Amino acid sequence: MIKVEGLTKSFGAQRVLRGVDLEVPDASITVIIGRSGGGKSVFLKHLLGLVRPDGGRVVVDGVDVTTLRGGAMDRVRERYGVVFQGGALFDSLTCAGNVAFPLREKTRLTRAQIAERVATGLARVGLADVGAKYPAEVSGGMRKRVAIARALVTEPAIVFFDEPTTGLDPILVNTIHGLIVELHRRLRFTAVMVSHEIPEIFQIADSVAMLHEGRIVEVGPPDVIQASANPIVQQFIRGEPEART
Amino acid sequence: MVDRPLSPVLVPFEALGRWASRIVVSVGRFGTFMALALATIVSPPFKFRAFVDRIDYIGFRSLLIILLTGAFTGMVLGLQIYMTLSRFGSEAFLGPAVALSLIRELGPVLSALMVTGRAGSALTAEIGIMRITEQIDALTVMALNPFRSLVVPSILAGVVTFPLMTALFDVVGIFGGYLVGVELLGLSQGTYFGEMQTFVDMRDIMTGFWKSLSFGIVVTWVCTYKGFHAGHGAEGVARATTQAVVLSSVLILVWDYFLGTVLP
Repeated sequence: MIKVEGLTKSFGAQRVLRGVDLEVPDASITVIIGRSGGGKSVFLKHLLGLVRPDGGRVVVDGVDVTTLRGGAMDRVRERYGVVFQGGALFDSLTCAGNVAFPLREKTRLTRAQIAERVATGLARVGLADVGAKYPAEVSGGMRKRVAIARALVTEPAIVFFDEPTTGLDPILVNTIHGLIVELHRRLRFTAVMVSHEIPEIFQIADSVAMLHEGRIVEVGPPDVIQASANPIVQQFIRGEPEART
Repeated sequence: MVDRPLSPVLVPFEALGRWASRIVVSVGRFGTFMALALATIVSPPFKFRAFVDRIDYIGFRSLLIILLTGAFTGMVLGLQIYMTLSRFGSEAFLGPAVALSLIRELGPVLSALMVTGRAGSALTAEIGIMRITEQIDALTVMALNPFRSLVVPSILAGVVTFPLMTALFDVVGIFGGYLVGVELLGLSQGTYFGEMQTFVDMRDIMTGFWKSLSFGIVVTWVCTYKGFHAGHGAEGVARATTQAVVLSSVLILVWDYFLGTVLP
């Protein structure tokens, strides 16, 4: 379980997180929604240990990761898989090389074992035949799927998705969401996803949390969020523009 | 507490203080960056493949520019020094004059400036793009130290390649001077190389070696640091690349002067 308590973070005079509290149960899909610039990516970076908070705690399976450094933090990260917004694939490696990379660097598997795992991983995301291509040679949707294959190849316990469908057409959005649900059903990882995709995320999430102006203003199952009386939540999920003053 | 507006008299001092504070913070970050790199160098595993790739990237691919600039620098030196020495009837000293100029000063400095322009800028741009496309974050969250695969191999490759590039620059430059002095202006071959053997000793060669080695560290340190801390978007990478080249070039000249005063 991931438990976030009173997380605060400021950059200069700008207060990005103003006391975030959130619980992510094991083997669930929790989606964090909120307006652009609302602190979702900064929040995710705290969970990954890429940014240190000004205050509060991020507890992953009983360990406060905000106090960890170096090797201790790396041991926590070894249980993580991350799908970055742009994929963050290594340009100098082929798609297969990208998927193989964490296995080559972090495990003692033989070349044949790695090749087998990579082939399985790419087939799982429907890209069995693009292994030899470089990221620049495949489409945006394919890059996202390669990134998902890379994130899952080490069979992590917790997978973070940072806007995995941004910039994709509606068909690809549903394809990627379907893929995540299918992989989650098979591998039972804990998923934390940052997304703007309303209403699609309501079909895949076990829990939805709305981050607004540095705080979680509403959290619960998709039907509870959709029926929320909170005007901020309703404005966001209906995509209503702000009233002009 | 409410901030009161600063007296106009104090505004320049506040600006000066901010500037000084920024410099101190930058120097501290530079130092911390190098300390982390050194700590990574001494802790296994060593990325030998990345090290060899960087030698190719920084050294081998800079060969052509080093050969060209070395040859023409030597030829210009040969011509200008011959003209000057001939006024005093001292043309015989052309060989040592060209060799000492190249080995002690121009070889290390010019080859470092050339490698900075070609490989240093590319190094900053490559690491900067990795930063803005979250590839460095991806390494970090895979529990892989980005210093181990990006920074350390570059700095060690700088230590290895800069002295080799300088040696090549010196040799080609000396033959450039030979081409002009001996083949074009008629100085005897024996005089050119004989006097060189008399006047150039190991101390001069070691001065050039220490300079080039330290330039290798300075350039790769600055260029990897700037790439690692590139700002957002294409503009951030462009700015980091420009800063890396300018700062490296200035530091090469400042450090050259400093070493020139302390080395024999």
